Amino acid sequence: MALFRHGVRVADDWTFPAEGEAFPDSGPVALPRARLIAEWTALEARNAPLGVVIASGEKLDGLEAILPRLSLVKLVIPRYADGRLYSIARLLRDRYSFAGEIRASGDVLRDQVALLVRAGVDTFDVAHEGTARAIETGGIVAVTHHYQPASNDAAEAHAAPGARPWLRRTPVPFPLA
Amino acid sequence: MSANPQQARKAKVFRPVVATSNDLATGAVVFRHGDGTWSIDIGRAEIAETPEDGDRLLARANADQDACLIVEPALIEIIREGGFVRPVSLRELIRATGPTVPLPPEAYAHL
Amino acid sequence: MYRYDEFDHAFVNERVAEFSDQVARRLSGELTEDQFKPLRLMNGVYLQLHAYMLRIAIPYGTLSSRQMRRLAHIARTYDRDYGHFTTRQNLQFNWIRLADMPAILKELAEVEMHAIQTSGNCIRNVTADHFAGAAADEVGDPRPYAEILRQWSSIHPEFTYLPRKFKLAVTGAPNDRAAIQVHDIGLELKRNAKGEIGFAVFVGGGQGRTPMVAKRIRDFLPEADLLTYCEAILRVYNLDGRRDNKYKARIKILVHEMGEDEMRQAVEREFAAIGRTALTLPAEEIARIQSYFAPPVLATLPAHSDVLDKAKAADPELARFLRRNLHAHRTPGYGILTVSLKPTGLPPGDATSAQMDVIADIAERYSADEIRVSHEQNLVLPWVCLDDIPAVYAALKRAGLATPNAGLVTDIIACPGLDYCALANARSIPVAQRISERFAALDRQEEIGELKLKISGCINACGHHHVGHIGILGVDRKGEEFYQITLGGSGDETTSIGEIVGRGFSSDEVVDAVETVVETYLKIRTSPAEKFLDAYRRVGEAPFREALYADA
Ligand code: SF4
Repeated sequence: MALFRHGVRVADDWTFPAEGEAFPDSGPVALPRARLIAEWTALEARNAPLGVVIASGEKLDGLEAILPRLSLVKLVIPRYADGRLYSIARLLRDRYSFAGEIRASGDVLRDQVALLVRAGVDTFDVAHEGTARAIETGGIVAVTHHYQPASNDAAEAHAAPGARPWLRRTPVPFPLA
Repeated sequence: MSANPQQARKAKVFRPVVATSNDLATGAVVFRHGDGTWSIDIGRAEIAETPEDGDRLLARANADQDACLIVEPALIEIIREGGFVRPVSLRELIRATGPTVPLPPEAYAHL
Repeated sequence: MYRYDEFDHAFVNERVAEFSDQVARRLSGELTEDQFKPLRLMNGVYLQLHAYMLRIAIPYGTLSSRQMRRLAHIARTYDRDYGHFTTRQNLQFNWIRLADMPAILKELAEVEMHAIQTSGNCIRNVTADHFAGAAADEVGDPRPYAEILRQWSSIHPEFTYLPRKFKLAVTGAPNDRAAIQVHDIGLELKRNAKGEIGFAVFVGGGQGRTPMVAKRIRDFLPEADLLTYCEAILRVYNLDGRRDNKYKARIKILVHEMGEDEMRQAVEREFAAIGRTALTLPAEEIARIQSYFAPPVLATLPAHSDVLDKAKAADPELARFLRRNLHAHRTPGYGILTVSLKPTGLPPGDATSAQMDVIADIAERYSADEIRVSHEQNLVLPWVCLDDIPAVYAALKRAGLATPNAGLVTDIIACPGLDYCALANARSIPVAQRISERFAALDRQEEIGELKLKISGCINACGHHHVGHIGILGVDRKGEEFYQITLGGSGDETTSIGEIVGRGFSSDEVVDAVETVVETYLKIRTSPAEKFLDAYRRVGEAPFREALYADA
């Protein structure tokens, strides 16, 4: 897996304790939803960034109250064709005004990167070698004219007054958030 | 006899097969010949008479796919009729010989 | 018609560049077939039985003469001189080389066309009433809304990897010619008590393996909320639609499993939560898009045309053509003409490049430069002055395009079936051919009256057999082609799914079986005014079953 934050390859600063494994005393930690909620009090006392891991098919129900306290939401994509996380990312940004990192993790095709960015994802943790190479070498070819507002709206140019209000533009080459 | 019942069954009904696919760049239906080339001419296709030969033929066809010559290779059963070879199934017969419906005259210009 | 502005051109050109890059990567071996397949499907490229097939979007079935000529040119230059108009108002070319794809897409882009989202698990080309804008019974033109939906759904970042494909249809008339109740979302343009424009919203219709009639989840949706509401529906579907089983992944299954009420509540909740955004349509913007679809300037004419009446009296063949292929127009002195692509014995929906050119010429001269593609696989000339009809008819006739059978038993919908389609179980076109030959006598066809016969080569139901008055489904029985007959289906405002009458028929038997059904109808109908569907709905399947299986 290769991690890219805003298009730049970085080392992972987060810890993802396995099931049954204790979380470290310091440093950023992300946990599956159920465990995060169950151990919230102890986690909060650590005074370090917290995140949640959303498995494919899971939703955000029950997290509403703690989302503002989280710095990372990691969305797991087992198969590139599983498009649920696009909606989850959009809900995070638009419905819950989540300002932290949204990480797409798993089977991401290079041709999906731009769509995910528009849906609100800003970090990619990709299994696909071709995707990693494309992000690294600026090889993401994407359409930069859009027919609908999405969830990366602040980074996109809006239509001039009088034109279709649903149009959006991103600069060329497509900025990776 | 093989201990695997499925293989045993396969062996019992095995009919001669040829390898078919579509040409990567043109999409045309092609058959694999003994010399490793592919063409529309099923009459020149290499025929595998045993399951083992069939597996080997498919392996060669898969290698051609990996080499980006052709797409979606498969083995299809054939029947020999006199000097001719034809696919057993209607689907493959239509693949080998074209639609069974009238086409505009210009549709044959490529032949 | 809608015209691209700079933005639209730039969008399509970028998409052509992106796809051309993908094709190049595939041809060079950088992409494997597994990696390439989802990419080509997003752009309408299938690998069919014989070759690559390219499906070109014809948004809401509207074409200009220039666009039709370009399609003819592509057929001649890159294909085998013909194309196939589909039940989704698209055009398919059957013999395209992958290597030619970039060139073809460039040619299409020049005339404001593309193949974006004509396949794949995304929102597909939006369809609409083929008489839109011209029909006498219309509340409003559905095409401006279909165009707005087309734009919104184009490369929608959230809805490009849906559980399954997603189809929208819009009708502007209470007489539904767009089969909206067998679509994932069906929209019926209507006015409320206050006279405002909006939509009745239907969700969860579809054909295929599990045919279902859509549920009306909103009786009146204000036009301003069109996109927001659709976004809400799609979001509910994207999050909750089944992904564990391809055959249960369409929204119809979700609606069925959740129940109509719960689905309605889920959509309404999401709709309320989205609230007002840039998707809320300002009235000026709707009006601006509508202005593209303003009717052409037509002459003020009397409702009757003496020229036409005289020609009709002199030519019984023309009179027959008019009885079937002329439809009521909203403007006095004008008519809508159906150009049948169902000549006796030829594949339904196919047109040669020469025919496409002829139709383009006729449309340019006599139909305000506009042609429609109907989901019944015919073409339509929507703006023909009644006085011009004799000339139009003569020109159509010369090109083999004046078959007077619109809505009759030989106006058959047939999918490509086993002659072209990699998924087929049995052939469709040869069955259509033989039925059209059996019923070729025009007097007999007219005596039988309106009868919609639809044939699919497998359970995917591209030939809409579930909603055929008579439906024929090809199945594979031990390697042999077999055909199941369904009766009583309908795709209009009274949508119903046809019922299987009994065991299937072999290829040799099926045409006789259809004839038996038709003869039975002729015997039981109360009068020639009672159409097949009405008679079937009155008496049910029993007499048909008896006639079909009497000897068994
Ligand atoms: S109904 Fe089946 S056979 Fe016919 S076109 Fe669709 S998938 Fe192919």
